[in-house]
Amino acid sequence: MERTIPGKYQNGKEDRFANNLNRNKIHPQKFALLVACGSIMMMFAAWTSAYLVRKAAGNWLEFQLPPAFVLSTVVILLSSLTLHASYRAFLKSQEKQYRYLLLGTLALGFVFLFCQYRGWTALSQMGIEIGTNPSGSFVYVLSYVHAAHIVGGLAVLAVACLHAFAQKLNPTPKRKLRFELTFIYWHFVDLLWVYLFLFLLSQQA
Amino acid sequence: MATVDIKSPKTQEEQLIETLGFDDHFHDHHEGDKYRSNFINTYVFSMDHKIIAKQFLITGMIWALIGAMMSLVFRLQLGFPEESMAWLKPVLGKWIIINPETGMGTLSQDFYYALVTMHGTILVFFVLTAGLSGTFSNLLIPLQLGARDMASPFLNMLSYWFFFMSSLVMMYSLFLSTGPFSGGWTAYPPLSALPQASSGSGTGMTLWILSLTLFVVSVLLGGINYITTVLNLRTKGMSLWRMPLTIWAFFVTAIIGLLSFPVLVSGFLLLMFDRGMGTSFYLSEIFVGGQALDHVGGSPILYQHLFWFLGHPEVYIIILPAMGLVSEVLSVQSRKPIFGYKAMVFSILAIAFLSFIVWAHHMFMSGVNPFISNFFVVFTLIIAVPSAVKVFNWITTLYGGNIRFNAASMFAIGFVSMFISGGLTGIFLGNSAIDIQQHDTYFVVAHFHIVMGIAAFFGMFAGIYNWFPKMYGRFMNETLGKIHFWGTIIGAYAIFWPMHYIGMAGVPRRYYKFDTFTSFSQFDDMNKFITIAAIITFSFQVLFVVNFFYSIWKGKKVTTQNPWGATTLEWTTPIRPGHGNWEGKLPTVQRWAYDYGKDGKEFVTQVTPMAEGEVSGDDH
Repeated sequence: MERTIPGKYQNGKEDRFANNLNRNKIHPQKFALLVACGSIMMMFAAWTSAYLVRKAAGNWLEFQLPPAFVLSTVVILLSSLTLHASYRAFLKSQEKQYRYLLLGTLALGFVFLFCQYRGWTALSQMGIEIGTNPSGSFVYVLSYVHAAHIVGGLAVLAVACLHAFAQKLNPTPKRKLRFELTFIYWHFVDLLWVYLFLFLLSQQA
Repeated sequence: MATVDIKSPKTQEEQLIETLGFDDHFHDHHEGDKYRSNFINTYVFSMDHKIIAKQFLITGMIWALIGAMMSLVFRLQLGFPEESMAWLKPVLGKWIIINPETGMGTLSQDFYYALVTMHGTILVFFVLTAGLSGTFSNLLIPLQLGARDMASPFLNMLSYWFFFMSSLVMMYSLFLSTGPFSGGWTAYPPLSALPQASSGSGTGMTLWILSLTLFVVSVLLGGINYITTVLNLRTKGMSLWRMPLTIWAFFVTAIIGLLSFPVLVSGFLLLMFDRGMGTSFYLSEIFVGGQALDHVGGSPILYQHLFWFLGHPEVYIIILPAMGLVSEVLSVQSRKPIFGYKAMVFSILAIAFLSFIVWAHHMFMSGVNPFISNFFVVFTLIIAVPSAVKVFNWITTLYGGNIRFNAASMFAIGFVSMFISGGLTGIFLGNSAIDIQQHDTYFVVAHFHIVMGIAAFFGMFAGIYNWFPKMYGRFMNETLGKIHFWGTIIGAYAIFWPMHYIGMAGVPRRYYKFDTFTSFSQFDDMNKFITIAAIITFSFQVLFVVNFFYSIWKGKKVTTQNPWGATTLEWTTPIRPGHGNWEGKLPTVQRWAYDYGKDGKEFVTQVTPMAEGEVSGDDH
């Protein structure tokens, strides 16, 4: 990727410090985002380990995850595909595909949230309220906090859509970087949900 | 923009940067103007890492004074439980209860616990995390790596202001009519999970959690920046193995913080759900005032696991930056290369790794399976190995050195002394069998105050005295600095040494008074002694604060670019660097950071190219 910070080794000259070039291969903002994702991951990892520790202690209500969560998993995986296709179109300067696939991703993001909402109401109808038993409380906490991260992702996608529709398609390094940051974060919250879903599924009786 | 009056003649370093430096066209983009155009964005909402460092430092100092004064109040209670505290009524108000017949004022027991809790929270998080790592990571990472600023100056600014908001919330909680949180700085449930558990468990605890959550955001924003800056913005030639040990320490500290603080947040979030949403993560069947609550099936031990998964690495988040600063100061002030540079780096990494697998040694008495305790005992004791490597290397660095005994180096040597004294008692406590006897006694209080409280403060003082010239272009007063040192080291030992004896005898910590235990009355005089020592030691810290602020405006001016004769890059900037740190080109690094006394030269800066046939200093 071309370097976008002003004055950072843009002259294309051979650098005798090889490590110096290597360390700038990844843009600092992209790297910072990856570090932040790792940090968020630690928070969820703490909860899933707490889940295991708490489950081992007994007094644990077993129940089936509502099917809405299966649907939401499919939806969010689909949204990652559309985002990826949009990025490909962006690189190939296919303006129409780029714009509408991005908009589609945003819409799928909202559909995901709606599915989560249906999941919560289904849980509630099953008699699993947030305070009923820690087994249910964990599902609520994990999906609530994940949903909060999705809301952040939707805001980012909305801004990306605004850029896509308000400006002519012109893949400058700056816009490319911005897209990539959106891209990394959305894939991250997607994979995070897949992890949480598979984890919860594997813990069912 | 702050510039230097001594433009010419150029120093050797400036000439080297001009000829060998790397032109990043920074000043062509007028970046400086954007950052420093008026008072507000120069000194308040500043994005310049040097100003942010000072903001962290001064906020930390204010908190240190508040936290220390709290400790004096509860020390007065412990040392002189029979004396009247009526004279504190104007400050503490209703927390001093006046007996209408005798006129005797006693400290409210609730407030005693609030003071202990706040003292711990403030010192651990606000002073020794934000004030120490926040200050010096911000100041030194860009300067010692040859970067213009942090990777994201904006996030860096946010990092400080989240800390500031967190401070405001905590400060506000001190003035609540029900008092601040009073269940101990570790905030174990059920005291923290049930709003009705004690007077501080209601609004006080809500604000405590809010404040610490904001604080974690601040640490994470800072940490992301530090890691990215270290990995991405080093100047040409600054390979990882050429970084000063300060940077290694800050870098590893940031990584530990990023991995452990989110776990604390997850623990806090479950606590919030237990408090507000009726869940039972941490609350099992419980009676308050004879009434059964609805909570069933929770486990308070779960919180302890989540808390100490941060809590133990937090100890290293506090001590590693101090270790980095001390390594650098000892090398510079004894005019010798640091002994065993790579061993120092590897021991930092080893400590960081081990810090994640020892947390349950805080829980030996919490009903953890003794077979699991064995595992934690072994890894806890293994931490002694990298720690001993570091101590050995510091002492060997000093050995045969041409030591300048100034305030900076004395505090660095004092750090080593404190770290040894406190580390040795850690070996006692790390054994679960001995810990059964010693846990929750003054022995523990003495141990952790010496090893991470006083030692980290010594590292911080060494850093402040050493880098004050870089921060403010002036020196701190040396005589006052030396008085500060001797007062503090003698005072600190006078406070904490006797606590070991009291603790060995079984006197429990956190008690309001001991008059119902006749066997402890033999320690009344020792408790008086500790209290008096604490008051005297505190007065020496006031002296330091006076010296600090006096020196900002009236201290002896720095007239040379490199007053300590150090090799690292921060001393190749102008005496008062503006935004972007270097005026023209960026320096390129030609050698490692510790070329002292090499080939007949007293020191060789990192920007000096290697001579023909010269062997690199780190090649052994």
